[in-house]
Amino acid sequence: MADQQFEPKIVGFLCRWCSYTGADLAGTSRMQYPPTLTGIRVMCSGRVDPTFVVKALKEGADGVLIAGCHPGDCHYSEGNYKAMRRHPMLANLLEQFGIERGRVRLEWISASEGELFAEVVTDFTEQLQELGPLNWNQRIEADCETV
Amino acid sequence: MAKPKVAFYWCASCGGCEETIVDLAEDILGVVEAVDIALWPVAIDMKRKDVEAWEPGDVAVAFINGAVRLSEQKEWVELLREKCSLVIAFGSCAHMGGIPGLANATNREEIFANKYHRSPTVANPDGIVPQEQTNVDGYDLELPTFWKDVKPLNEVIDVDYYLPGCPPPFDLVATAVGAILEGKLPPKGSVIAPEKALCDTCERNDTKPDEMTITEFKRTATSTPDPEKCFLADGFLCMGPATRSGCGERCINGNMPCRGCFGPTPDAIDPGLKLLAAIASRGEADSEEDAKALADSLVDPLGTYYRFGLPASMLKRSADTERAQT
Repeated sequence: MADQQFEPKIVGFLCRWCSYTGADLAGTSRMQYPPTLTGIRVMCSGRVDPTFVVKALKEGADGVLIAGCHPGDCHYSEGNYKAMRRHPMLANLLEQFGIERGRVRLEWISASEGELFAEVVTDFTEQLQELGPLNWNQRIEADCETV
Repeated sequence: MAKPKVAFYWCASCGGCEETIVDLAEDILGVVEAVDIALWPVAIDMKRKDVEAWEPGDVAVAFINGAVRLSEQKEWVELLREKCSLVIAFGSCAHMGGIPGLANATNREEIFANKYHRSPTVANPDGIVPQEQTNVDGYDLELPTFWKDVKPLNEVIDVDYYLPGCPPPFDLVATAVGAILEGKLPPKGSVIAPEKALCDTCERNDTKPDEMTITEFKRTATSTPDPEKCFLADGFLCMGPATRSGCGERCINGNMPCRGCFGPTPDAIDPGLKLLAAIASRGEADSEEDAKALADSLVDPLGTYYRFGLPASMLKRSADTERAQT
């Protein structure tokens, strides 16, 4: 099946204090997970402007992961709450654009949760394989061809 | 010396931009003293062949309003681009797609189905839909192509300046015309409006608390905003933080939150997403359930954030278009 061969591209915005370190732990512990995620280290999940997410989707990502410290653990006290409030608003908006909710995922992964990081990437990859490629720009550009 | 000539043209628009000129009333005489109106379909009878007869540069400036969706509109704006020295996208529709641009939230098939079949006021038992080519009594008739999506003017032709607003207030138009006549033009591609956000000039700014806590979004259809309080503090989504000032706060003075017709400030790449970020982070929601409830209280986020700028937004339009066609 073509679906099984499809390897989604995931852009992961990982908070520098928790989730990026968690991803590092998954790596140094040699945990196995699909090589589908390109991690971008950000200072805080609250720094992830929805513009970043849309830019990633527009430019070829099939899904976007935003991962930060657990609520209550933010290094900047409430950055992750901002991420938490934005997430459903962005998901609602993207849904109106025809982008499935499952393509943007918010997760809390602490520095010690390497295993959880690997699980999230595995699960997200499977979820995106089910949804199929997004190909936003090519799709829109090709379809906007006018005479 | 001959007076400079100007042209006005309209594409997918409502006529409100023409109204700005008509609103001048007798002051139009002052305009006519300074410039000759070479083309103005709403008021002067001209055919395309008349414009085709112009030499390039004959007309100093074309003010084009309306978004572009028909092949005929493309032909006209290309013709005007060729003949006029400057092209100004006049009003929200030419600038960003405007209200007609909301059609990008759906698709051509749906629009035709509604317009010619489903609408309760339509009686069309034979299911007749306009065709681009028809033969009637031996004559071949042609209609323009209805594009798959609505485009702002700068996606069709090169645009020199933008005059924002729905419609642009006349003082901005006067500033622009004055700048053209005196040759004191800003850099090409400028939006001729202040760069500051509307909040900066809003009279209600003093009532904006430092920490805003929105628990749910209210709608002007079902509740009345406090006539003095910052709309955001009152729970109404106001586009002020991400929208240019210079409009004269017409909506605010009418106790309506800003709807964003002036388009984004220069630093907001996508005004909808910028506003979403700003508003969402000020919400009062400390759990994922509360955050979801807050988000769900905003009915139609796409239509709210991109009321005037869907075709010029980062995503341009809904992907449903594609699904319906495959």
